[in-house]
Amino acid sequence: MEAFIAFVQDNLLMIYSVTFAVFLGFELISKVPTVIHTPLMSGANAISGVVIIGAILLIRQTPSDDYLVLSFGLLGVILGMINVVGGFAVTDRMLEMFKKKK
Amino acid sequence: MMSSFWFDTAYFAGVLLFIIGLQRLGHPATARRGNLLAAGGMGLAILAAIFSPLQTDYGNFLWIILGLAIGAAVGFMAAKRVQMTSMPQLVSLFNGLGGACAVVISMVQLIGVEQTSPMSQPELGTILLTLVVGSVAFTGSLVAWAKLDGRLKDNALVPPFPTIFNMGLLLVSLGMVIYLAIIGEGSSLWLISLLAISLVYGITFVSPIGGADMPVVISLLNSFTGLTAALAGLIYGNQVMLMGGILVGSSGTILTVLMCKAMNRSLWNVIIGGFGSSGGGSSSAAAGEQVAKELSRPDAAILLAYSQSVIIVPGYGLAVAQAQRACRALDNELTARGVDVSYAIHPVAGRMPGHMNVLLAEVDVPYEKLLDLEQANEALPNTDVVIVVGANDVVNPSARTDTGSPIYGMPILDVDKAGKVLIMKRSMRPGYAGVQNPLFFLENSFMLFGDAKDTLQALLQETKVGV
Repeated sequence: MEAFIAFVQDNLLMIYSVTFAVFLGFELISKVPTVIHTPLMSGANAISGVVIIGAILLIRQTPSDDYLVLSFGLLGVILGMINVVGGFAVTDRMLEMFKKKK
Repeated sequence: MMSSFWFDTAYFAGVLLFIIGLQRLGHPATARRGNLLAAGGMGLAILAAIFSPLQTDYGNFLWIILGLAIGAAVGFMAAKRVQMTSMPQLVSLFNGLGGACAVVISMVQLIGVEQTSPMSQPELGTILLTLVVGSVAFTGSLVAWAKLDGRLKDNALVPPFPTIFNMGLLLVSLGMVIYLAIIGEGSSLWLISLLAISLVYGITFVSPIGGADMPVVISLLNSFTGLTAALAGLIYGNQVMLMGGILVGSSGTILTVLMCKAMNRSLWNVIIGGFGSSGGGSSSAAAGEQVAKELSRPDAAILLAYSQSVIIVPGYGLAVAQAQRACRALDNELTARGVDVSYAIHPVAGRMPGHMNVLLAEVDVPYEKLLDLEQANEALPNTDVVIVVGANDVVNPSARTDTGSPIYGMPILDVDKAGKVLIMKRSMRPGYAGVQNPLFFLENSFMLFGDAKDTLQALLQETKVGV
């Protein structure tokens, strides 16, 4: 419990910003027309690929001869990058069709 | 340090671009720009992550570049090659890979990296939670992908007493997270058991949920991946991961809730409900007595050509048969003959919300022709002919009347109120929710069996030559 209280006190500013981000996410999406739900979900999915940054930082912090951890880091970067690039590319393909007919 | 200031600025700009991108993505006119802005934000964040100064930094840039190159090539090819009709599966698969990425890094943090100082309880708890949520997002998305891709039957991999089983797994895994965080124990055996339980939970969490609810599940799993990214951001003290993840987590959650509302059900009901598993034994028995009427293609073509107004109701069958182009061609022919043709789009038709909109946009159906649920239900009683192309549950009148039906209460398109209903179906099998549809046996309903694309093309030919 003490560790928890200390954690809260050390990270107060972060707790504020996280709370605001939660409400911002709600607000951004709550008035969206159904037409756009699929591309929106796909775009949001691409953004969730931001977890790739963790894999990049992991590789940078690993000693260069620790091949096992480096390989796992590599796997993480590959998986994350498929999510990011594939996600944005497929969203763009969907939205390209919306644009055509105007 | 000066340089660190600029990298922090790049991270900040990345978060800002995510926010603006998400906002623009919410409006059809600006969505494409929004997507590119968010992608730009991601590029900026990745560059900053590669070059920003770190306390312990071994470089290893070749490893990073190699991973980025392979991932980008695979992701790009997959996105370019996929058929538009199987996009929901692909999004689900991408989402699962994001979850897998989080699993890999949290596992390595726990076992592979030698700690200079022991982790605090909140730190350890965060990593363990990343592992659990990431695993659920990973295997859950894979199951959703396999179901949508037709690789997994609806009742496959379902544990006995799914609700109790899943509650048990959830409690055990969360209990283990709390216990391990408090005792500060990170032994491999514990961690691998936790990983295994979470991976299994992801499978058994999604497997009992019927295919009709997959849009909701994908959206929910998407917000799980966002949450994982945010948790991983806490581990690395990285603001882009934290904020990007939270944004996806909260917007994904609200999108999930919106979709549940469209079906008039609660999220809880979707998760424990397992559509179709309770599916109407009584109604299917009653249906055995009834016979659906078939209509020949020439007769159907005449009916269409001499009607004043036609509403097309597309469903997943349209996507499976790749029939959007044939559908558009028939629409053109009828419109040229002076028939008023429009499309009724149910919010959860297909396998993703807006799935039908994307398919129809692909073949240049103008916005004005697309009616949403309310507009369509206003227009349907004054419509001569409705063509149901591979939709089933979203036009099932028992959702209005039969309190015993598992889909009772879901808002539907009231196609039975139109003059005549033509239903294109491959067979008399019930729809994805596993519920029998009394619509097929109504006085004004006519079945056109066969592949939706073939049937539409045949109707087009008959309309062109025969009438």
